[in-house]
Amino acid sequence: MKRWRYGIPLAALVVLIGLLAYGLGLDPRHVPSPLVGRPLPALSLPVLGHPDPQARWHSAALLGKPFMLNVWASWCVSCREEHPLLVELSGDDRLPVYGLNYRDREADALAWLERWGDPYIASVHDPKGSAGLTLGVYAVPETFLIDAEGHVRYKHIGPLTRAVLEEHFVGALP
Amino acid sequence: MSVRWLCLAGLLVAGVVTAEAPLYFEDPEQHERYQGLLEELRCLVCQNQSLTDSPAPLAQDMRREVHRMIEAGYSNQQVVEFLASRYGDFVHYRPPLRAATLLLWFGPLLLLGAAAWAVVYVVRRHAGAAIDTDAVDDGNRPC
Repeated sequence: MKRWRYGIPLAALVVLIGLLAYGLGLDPRHVPSPLVGRPLPALSLPVLGHPDPQARWHSAALLGKPFMLNVWASWCVSCREEHPLLVELSGDDRLPVYGLNYRDREADALAWLERWGDPYIASVHDPKGSAGLTLGVYAVPETFLIDAEGHVRYKHIGPLTRAVLEEHFVGALP
Repeated sequence: MSVRWLCLAGLLVAGVVTAEAPLYFEDPEQHERYQGLLEELRCLVCQNQSLTDSPAPLAQDMRREVHRMIEAGYSNQQVVEFLASRYGDFVHYRPPLRAATLLLWFGPLLLLGAAAWAVVYVVRRHAGAAIDTDAVDDGNRPC
């Protein structure tokens, strides 16, 4: 009976330590996106490097086939980590890759693609970050998987890895 | 060129690089709403800061958006809901009170309550034992 009394504060301490340890393991940088499961907000943006400055890329025009939207920028160092994977993926036509060039100068962006390779069918230009705001972009790189119905299926924060591509992108295709 | 001039020049450049055009409203009431909203919204990059003072480029974008929406006539609630629909509940600087956040809000209070109860319990037991005079043999007291 006496031992039971000492057990309570010990148990409470163990529970508290357990909770704190779990909390330490969480990454606050990974903010879950409320867009997952919802339709991608309609985007209509200028195309990077297009000869006609009035030309627009419309997200609505892509309904019917799943695609990947990769948010990148020439000033983003981690983007270089995932870039070879994207270049590799662009050779595979299961999943078209579109880019969203976020808060970048067009000249810098084009030079970067020239240097490291252009895996994108097209990259849209978002110099002020307004499209990014609509998509809930807060870190670069971020990658969205949009399904054939135009719904966001998955959002990946940070550079893509082969494992993530296998599990959540290419692997998740019907 | 003295070091002092160089430092001054450096400071000026730094100011220009980080400065953002301050966002004004014609209407003082709108400005007050704007300032109030900034305090309620979190910067997703500098996550411990509200939009009031975060220097991150994303915060600049979010401030511009709040300004645009207020000017366009949206209510405070609509502005917050719009940002929450894009960034999630985390964009509230103060976590909203929901079933999922009950432990977050009341956990510390509960812990404090439990600790206080434990203290009272232990003190009472200990005090009870100390005042237990029946066991003392007074027979040989000198006074």
